[in-house]
Formats: sequence, structure tokens, C-alpha cells
Amino acid sequence: MKRIALLGMPNTGKSTFFNRLTGASARVGNWPGITVDLMSAKVLLGGAMVEIIDLPGVYDIHGFSDDELVVRHFIENNPIDLVLIILNTTQIERQLSLALQVKQLGLPALLLLNMADEAKKYGVTVDIKKMSQAMNMPVVLLSAKYGSGYAHAYQAISNAIQASLPIATQQVSEKLQLDDQIESTMESVLKQAVQVPTQMSENLTTRLDRVLLHPWLGLPLFFGVMYLLFQAIFILGKPLQDGVAWGLGLFRGGVLDPLLHNLPAPLPGLLLDGIYNGVGTVAAFVPIIVLFFLFMALVEDSGYLSRAAFLMDALMAKMGLDGRSFVMMLMGFGCNVPALMGTRVMRSRSLRLLTMLVIPFSLCSARLQVFVFITSALFAPKNAPLVLFSLYLFSFAAAIATALLFKKRYANNEPFILELPPYRLPTWRQIVLRGWHEVRHFLGRASKFIIAGVVMVWILTHFPQDAAPGGSDTWAGMIGHFLAPVLDPLGINQQLAIALIFGFVAKEIVIGSLAVIYGLEGSALMSTMAHQLDWVQAYSFMLFTLIYTPCLSTLATLKTESRSNAYTALALVWPLALAWLLSFAFYQGARALGY
Amino acid sequence: MNTVRLSTLKPGESATIAALHTDEALYHRLAAMGFRIGKRIDLVRRAKFAGPLHVRIGTTDIMLRRSDAQHIDVTPAGASE
Repeated sequence: MKRIALLGMPNTGKSTFFNRLTGASARVGNWPGITVDLMSAKVLLGGAMVEIIDLPGVYDIHGFSDDELVVRHFIENNPIDLVLIILNTTQIERQLSLALQVKQLGLPALLLLNMADEAKKYGVTVDIKKMSQAMNMPVVLLSAKYGSGYAHAYQAISNAIQASLPIATQQVSEKLQLDDQIESTMESVLKQAVQVPTQMSENLTTRLDRVLLHPWLGLPLFFGVMYLLFQAIFILGKPLQDGVAWGLGLFRGGVLDPLLHNLPAPLPGLLLDGIYNGVGTVAAFVPIIVLFFLFMALVEDSGYLSRAAFLMDALMAKMGLDGRSFVMMLMGFGCNVPALMGTRVMRSRSLRLLTMLVIPFSLCSARLQVFVFITSALFAPKNAPLVLFSLYLFSFAAAIATALLFKKRYANNEPFILELPPYRLPTWRQIVLRGWHEVRHFLGRASKFIIAGVVMVWILTHFPQDAAPGGSDTWAGMIGHFLAPVLDPLGINQQLAIALIFGFVAKEIVIGSLAVIYGLEGSALMSTMAHQLDWVQAYSFMLFTLIYTPCLSTLATLKTESRSNAYTALALVWPLALAWLLSFAFYQGARALGY
Repeated sequence: MNTVRLSTLKPGESATIAALHTDEALYHRLAAMGFRIGKRIDLVRRAKFAGPLHVRIGTTDIMLRRSDAQHIDVTPAGASE
């Protein structure tokens, strides 16, 4: 099968073009020589199946950033029949260098000048014929977003791929070492075929920036936008999540329970409470992930995300992070999982890893449920809001401390120079495709891990068979007993220890598990806990719950996004250690003060 | 000709890029963004709290940190005459 690689600078509409060419059929996959996922799709082009790969957006094939290395290793290790170079016509003046670099490698190429509509507005005109002669490759002017010129491009690609012969990767590899006279060639091509106005005219982007990046208004506006976004995702998401849970419960009650209850003893429990609940855990994330990426696509593709980076950079740079990390941290207060997936917009690996280490400390809505329950059980109504607020402060403090502590280890060595693209309205097609791809990615990668984890916790809390579920005779109870020397100094008793083991699956089930462990529900459970625990113990438990290992789904996402077992282990162990230290300091400190 | 550091320009000022005293990685990125000697550069705005700079070269708007902008020498428009 012939292979086409799609190459271009960031913000050139490369992915939009890829989506238009491949539709929803694209999948992520692994490639020889590189360590990140690339999207690819097989499509029928000019009467034959062709494989199309979307390479990461890069400024330069010879550069040193993580993405530039990925592109270089890809073209060195995988034979390519045709390179589609996609450039933003408005910025052809500087972007043409990438096309010349490809040409220099001797790879068969086709040049797509995208955003023709925008270039027209800016007064940039290109003589296609002259450009094609000067570059010695076919050149097509198009707008991937609105589809104009697309049919022409499609035809040109079909013709080019039929005619092309693959180049041995060896030759490419050798030529990659060379780098000469691109600058002067560029000058001469531009002079022949391109006209650019000398002075940029005042436009919508400049006017919008004057407000959105205003010295004093910019930050309040940014927080306002983030607040609305956050509210929108989780207000819309909650009923959808509840709907999914309701549907799954209905299916279980109506179909699975009657069907399976005749099976021998441990099987119905394992199938329903283990595997089916695991499926339910995975499914509960789907609406949130879809919504998150619908809105993220809007923020990112509109160009506002790079403005957020501009506004927050002064503060975040001190922590070794950038403004985009801050956006993801904020989103983590809703749910950590999509926030972790969202860090993919950061192209430097170390910056991404540091951000992903920090996000799980964001007090997500699932943890909030636990804290609301416990504070209302153990604290006076007038103190409860203060307790909750203090937990939010601890959440921020843990994130900042972690960033400061690990910023050396994950030092970002890529220069922080970002383009501020013109504001653009993304199309619905772009937004919906993004949400769809992300959900499929999550389901494909994380679901096995999550279901296996849920089953494991179910077994721990239900075996040996003669023990009461969640009781102290189960394996989980034994672990709780075994951990007593470690958890007693935190004021966490054995029942709470079992709840922490449950809480590893998902924080939503902590309260439910306490109900199972104590054999009580609702207000009866509240009053029993209020009898057994004092506020120091309860606060210590909440601190531990806030900071210790994020839920299984978060861990699964950390693993699939980082693709590193060592990193995942660090992301598991460090919060555990920090949680223990903080709870220990709090509990012993409070006791020493006589509380 | 008087050259100054890019990081000292005020919002609204224009200049011509005179020299790039950078390591290779930064040089590559700057070149790809259109930073070339002799190019006109406008400082659009500076972020508060010693934050990044917003500059414009040709049709491209770019943000860069002040620490990186210190390595770029420019000739302010009007200073060379």
C-alpha cells in the first residue's frame, strides 16, 4: 500500500485537512522509530487504497523539539510515497522554508496552500503556476475548513500518488544531515510568485486582542471564560452521567440480574459487581470526555488557548509550567481524566509530564462528594464551608509544591515561543470529530485497565467467600489490618482503610463502600461515623483522600498518555507519600495541641 | 547604529532585527517563526508581572518570554537615522 505523510507547521489547518480527507475513520497507531501515537487512516484514492499519516505540526525538520525529532525519525524509518506539505498561505513568507526542506530531502511532494480565504482578506496573493515551477512540485490553493479548492486538491493528490515512486529511507537519512542555501532559494521563490502587503491592516484579531489581552481586564476575563466553560461542562455533564448510570442500572435490574442470578455463588457477584460495574465506571466518563473536548476544541481552535498561555505565563513560568498547564489544572477540578488527556496540546514532553503530575491534585467533583458527606456528618454547619475551602487550599498547595519540587526533573528545554494565531471560528465538524476521536482513544486504551482494577478490588473486598463483604475478614480487611501500623498514626481506622482501598477504583464509591463496611446507610451511617470518629480523624482521612493516588481511571490515563511505567509508578507513589506525610503532620500536630 | 535588546522596546514601538545571540535550538525556532536579521518587528504589548512579550513579524503574531527576548538585538525605528 502506498503511504502519504501529511506535514505542516502548527496552526495551518493540517488536522482539519486530515479529517476532511479521512473522515471519522482515522485511528491512532504506533510507528517504527518513534514513541508517540500518530493518527492515520486508510482511504481510497485514485482507485487504490492509500495510507495517510498525520505527522505532528513542526516548524522545522532540522529542529530539536520533541515533535521535530518525531517527524525526523518517522521519515527516516518509514518509506513514504508522497509528502503533502500544508502551509498557511497568509504566512507563506516564512512557512515556505518547510516545503524547501522537504524538497531538499528529495521526497516526492505536493504543496497545499491552505487558508486561501484568510490570505485573501490579508491581501496575500500567490501565483500558483510560478510557484509550482519554482518549487518543481504541484501546488494547490485551498481552504480545508470551508472546502473550497478541495476537489482540486483531491484530484492533484490522486494524480501525484499514482505517479510517485518511493524513495529509499537510507537516501533520506543521508540528506537530512545536509542543510544549505534554503534561505536564498526561499527569497527567490517568494519574489517570483508571492505578493504580501508591507503593512498589516487593522483587523478583528487585533481588536479582540486589545480587549482579551488587556493589561487589567485580560485576567478577569480569562477567569470568567474558564468559569463559564467549567460550569457548562459539568452542568451539562452531570445529567448525562446520571442518565448513563440510570440506563446501565435499568439494564442490570431488568436483564442481567434475572439472567445471571441462577449461576453458582461467586459468579453473579463477580460478573455484576465486578465486571459490569467496571464497565459502568468506564461509561460514566464518556459524556464528560465528549463535552470536555467539544469545549476544548472550541477554546483551542479559536486561538484563545494561546492567549491564556500569554496571560498566565508570568505566574506559571516560576513553577516550570505554562499557561496551558493552568487551564488543564482548572479543568481537573471537574474531572482529572479529560484534563490529563487535554495536556496533549503541549508539545514538549517534559512540560507535559510535569503538568500531568500536578493535575491529579485538583480536587475533582467525585472527591467533593466524599468531602461534602463527611463534613456534614462531622462538622457543625457553620464550619463545613470553611473545612471545604481549606481542602481546596490544600489541593492548590499540593499542586504548587509538586511542580516546584519536580520542575528540575522535568525541566522544559524547548524555547517557549508560541504563535498567537488569528481568532478563528472552528466548524462543527472539527469540534465533533475531536470529541469522537478522544472518546474512542479513552475507551480503546483505558477501559481494560479500569475493568481489571475494579474486578481486583471486588475480589479483595469479597473474598474469602465466607467473609462478610467489605468486612474485616476479607482480603481487603487483612490488608487494612496489615497497614494498621502505617495508618494508625494518621488516625485512620480499619474501616476507613478499607474505604480507601475501594476509593482507589473511583472516589464516587467511597461513601457507598462505607455504607457496605458499616452496614448502614444515609443518616444512620452519618451518626455512627460521628460517634466513632472525631473531627481530627475525619479531617485527616479527608486530607489523605484528597491527595493520595487518584482514581483508577486517572491512573489508567496517566499510563496511556505517558506510555511509561516508571512515570506511572512515580505518579502513584509520590501522591501516596505526600498524602501520608500531610495527614501525619496534621493528625499528630492536632493531637499534640490537645485536640 | 544603536541597537537595544528586544526586551526593552515599549508597546507600539517598531524595530529592525539586528542580531540573534541564541543557542541553536532557540535560533531554529526563531527562524521558523520569521525572526531573521533585517526583518521589521513590532512590539504589540507586554504582559503584566514581567510576563511574556507579544510581537508581530509580517503576518505572524508571536509571544515570547522576556528571558528569550534578551538574546535578540534590534535597531529601533528612528534610531538609525
